[in-house]
Amino acid sequence: MFKIVKAEQLSANVYKKVVLAPRVAASCQPGQFIIVRLDETGERIPLTICDYDREAGTVTIVFQPIGVSTSKMVDLKEGDYFLDFVGPLGRPSELVTDDFEEVKKKKVIFIAGGVGTAPVYPQAKWLHDHGVECDIIIGARSKDILIMEEEMSKVGNLYLCTDDGSYGFKGVGTAMLEKLVSEGHHYDLCVAIGPMIMMKFACLTTKKLGIPTIVSMNPIMVDGTGMCGACRVVVGDEVKFACVDGPEFDGHKIDFDQAMKRAAMYKTEEGRRMLAYKEGKTHHGGCGNCGGDK
Amino acid sequence: MADVLKKVPVREQDPKVRATNFDEVCLGYNKDEAVEEAQRCLGCKKAKCMEGCPVQIHIPDFIGAVKEGDFAKAYSVISESSALPAICGRVCPQESQCEGRCIRGIKGEAVSIGKLERFVADWAREQGIKPAAPAEKNGKKVAVIGSGPAGLTCAGDLAKLGYDVTIFEALHKAGGVLVYGIPEFRLPKDGVVLPEVENVKSLGVKIETDVIIGKSVTIDELMENEGFDAVFIGSGAGLPKFMGIPGETACGVFSANEFLTRNNLMKAFDEKYDTPIFHGKKVAVVGGGNVAMDAARTALRLGAEVHIIYRRSEEELPARKEEVHHAKEEGIIFDLLTNPVEILEDENDWVKGIRCVRMELGEPDASGRRRPVEVEGSEFDIDVDTVIMSLGTSPNPLISSTTKGLEINKRKCIVAAEDTGATSKAGVFAGGDAVTGAATVILAMGAGKEAAKGIHEYLSQK
Ligand SMILES: Cc1cc2nc3c(=O)[nH]c(=O)nc-3n(C[C@H](O)[C@H](O)[C@H](O)COP(=O)(O)OP(=O)(O)OC[C@H]3O[C@@H](n4cnc5c(N)ncnc54)[C@H](O)[C@@H]3O)c2cc1C
Ligand SMILES: Cc1cc2nc3c(=O)[nH]c(=O)nc-3n(C[C@H](O)[C@H](O)[C@H](O)COP(=O)(O)OP(=O)(O)OC[C@H]3O[C@@H](n4cnc5c(N)ncnc54)[C@H](O)[C@@H]3O)c2cc1C
Ligand code: SF4
Ligand code: SF4
Ligand code: FES
Repeated sequence: MFKIVKAEQLSANVYKKVVLAPRVAASCQPGQFIIVRLDETGERIPLTICDYDREAGTVTIVFQPIGVSTSKMVDLKEGDYFLDFVGPLGRPSELVTDDFEEVKKKKVIFIAGGVGTAPVYPQAKWLHDHGVECDIIIGARSKDILIMEEEMSKVGNLYLCTDDGSYGFKGVGTAMLEKLVSEGHHYDLCVAIGPMIMMKFACLTTKKLGIPTIVSMNPIMVDGTGMCGACRVVVGDEVKFACVDGPEFDGHKIDFDQAMKRAAMYKTEEGRRMLAYKEGKTHHGGCGNCGGDK
Repeated sequence: MADVLKKVPVREQDPKVRATNFDEVCLGYNKDEAVEEAQRCLGCKKAKCMEGCPVQIHIPDFIGAVKEGDFAKAYSVISESSALPAICGRVCPQESQCEGRCIRGIKGEAVSIGKLERFVADWAREQGIKPAAPAEKNGKKVAVIGSGPAGLTCAGDLAKLGYDVTIFEALHKAGGVLVYGIPEFRLPKDGVVLPEVENVKSLGVKIETDVIIGKSVTIDELMENEGFDAVFIGSGAGLPKFMGIPGETACGVFSANEFLTRNNLMKAFDEKYDTPIFHGKKVAVVGGGNVAMDAARTALRLGAEVHIIYRRSEEELPARKEEVHHAKEEGIIFDLLTNPVEILEDENDWVKGIRCVRMELGEPDASGRRRPVEVEGSEFDIDVDTVIMSLGTSPNPLISSTTKGLEINKRKCIVAAEDTGATSKAGVFAGGDAVTGAATVILAMGAGKEAAKGIHEYLSQK
């Protein structure tokens, strides 16, 4: 059992939990993720590590309710427990593992989309703590779903954008990037993390601009240790397991269209479970209207 | 009096009924049936059957006790050699091991050693008979990685010798393949596997789930910072293989591991559990081993028409005979001498079929089995909406790549001495599928036992 020592709502639809998990806190690095399970009947949910405190033994996760399991997670309060919390999984970000002398020379731009802001934070913070300056673009649909502005502003030069112009620059993150480059900013590396569709467009833009780009893939997973192959992604002409070979990959080599289709594989099945969760088990098939349970 | 050349038949769920549920297929012997079957054993002085059992259970002795109705004695005979009889009695490939050597088998059918072993173990569990109490603690700490049959056995034996043992398991539940791979209808989880795990715990073994060695903590850290005097690696061979044919990343293509894990460990077949499983209407399972049979029979139970696609002929099917027989009874369709060359996708990247070629058997290859060769121009398509790849597994490099000085071979298996389990790294022992590659429950258990002895010897000298 893993105790939640702090629970917070960050925006209209984004939640943060700080969890006591000493083994994970002792060994995790920016770029890695964990898997949580709520209760005996729960799914295994992968979530990126957003922050960690080695001394306190805590790990912070930030998430958006999507289906049944993440919606149930919203209700967990301070003092409640996750049944399982396992990690760290995946490889640390290359910024952390590569030769620091090389990393130091790089000018890095992060593009964070929506809840993807959370996994960007530990990477930017790591660079900041090691004396490397970076630029960060946070993009959100509107002001009320923008998260972590304050923390982020402490670890990098922040550029905020909203699709509806309710805050900061009006437009998407990639438009902001093009603007920065046209104003004379130079970048050696872009790290883009967010919804698959946002990462796809970020990669199209950075390819045009000639900026090498790392993305963090979030395919459907089960075990997170390389045992099931559910997390297969096509990188160039190779098939990789995101949970052990990733989750970060060269974004210019990713087949995003396929990745998006694979991510939607359980949509119907999950949708049915969500209905049952929200409305009770009223959808039992047999009425002849919806085709029953198939 | 029944025909002495034939086994006493074992009661099974009717194929039509069981094809729609996940309850155990084989119901096992009752007392009378067990005693009757035991009568068939000749109690051979030079018991051939024992040579076929990897852990050399004293078969004539335990069957002799069953004959006399002394099941407690039978259990204690088995317990001398095996820690998991309720499991081995169910899943050992008996036809190629103990029963394959039985004298009775020359003229008629071998004695049902496996079913008798299962009966005795189930009886003991129902009576609440527990393994012998642990010895006085000797103050030495051993870490066991993985809670499959190798790890459970090694941990249990060491605890009996007085060691302070902790099992570290990556998943949220202990049992290894016994819980995530082998389905409920062959090996009941709450009924059979859980009590075995509880037995190990009752010896004082601690089980820490959700710890991935090599990620959460390394072997070197366990030994240097957490005070473990020795480590046993029983991490299995869990990495699935794919064929590398076009279309393999399409939606609706799964590894058998994913399909079985969703269903067994995550209990997707049960509405109360949140994990989904995609079960198509027409499923192709590629492969011919136990894993393929399990995946096929699981898909069938979820409501699909299922084809097993295997490139050799029936004779070469590596699965246990009993499983093939059960699969056929349940209505699985066998497309033998058939090999997939491409998975066909629709416009949404979903599987719509599998393109295969016909094969014929040529000269024997290195494994002694006749090598399948492609019949030219024999391509044909089978319409399916799901493909499950069951082509075998290999050891996970997570541990070997994060442990200094641990030698592995070119198949990524950990190199370990057969009689002691000792690896190239002092104080580190290994056994089971992690060393041999995918094998069997009883071999993994045997390796766990040898390693426990090896570790005891090593730490006694230290
Ligand atoms: C390595 C990794 C890191 C992640 N980090 C975060 C994070 O930091 N914060 C966060 O909010 N989310 C993160 N996710 C996504 C998160 O795991 C999913 O939102 C979650 O599993 C959905 O679970 P659910 O039961 O609530 O929804 P489900 O009922 O399982 O699914 C609802 C819908 O979402 C789709 N879906 C399922 N899994 C995923 C997935 N992994 N990615 C995209 N769509 C999916 C399904 O097809 C379905 O249509 C991460 C995923 C991965 C693989
Ligand atoms: C579907 C299926 C059907 C089978 N049917 C049969 C059968 O009928 N008869 C038979 O005899 N055999 C059968 N087998 C084979 C048999 O199950 C295995 O040979 C046996 O389980 C191997 O035991 P093990 O203890 O070596 O490893 P496993 O049972 O694989 O256990 C290894 C454990 O280690 C854990 N682990 C791995 N890496 C780490 C890590 N880094 N840190 C912590 N924990 C880790 C894993 O999660 C797992 O729980 C079958 C296998 C499968 C997959
Ligand atoms: S352990 Fe397996 S091989 Fe040995 S007697 Fe029992 S069923 Fe036969
Ligand atoms: S070989 Fe057969 S008949 Fe002889 S002891 Fe073994 S089981 Fe009994
Ligand atoms: S999640 Fe199972 S292999 Fe990656």
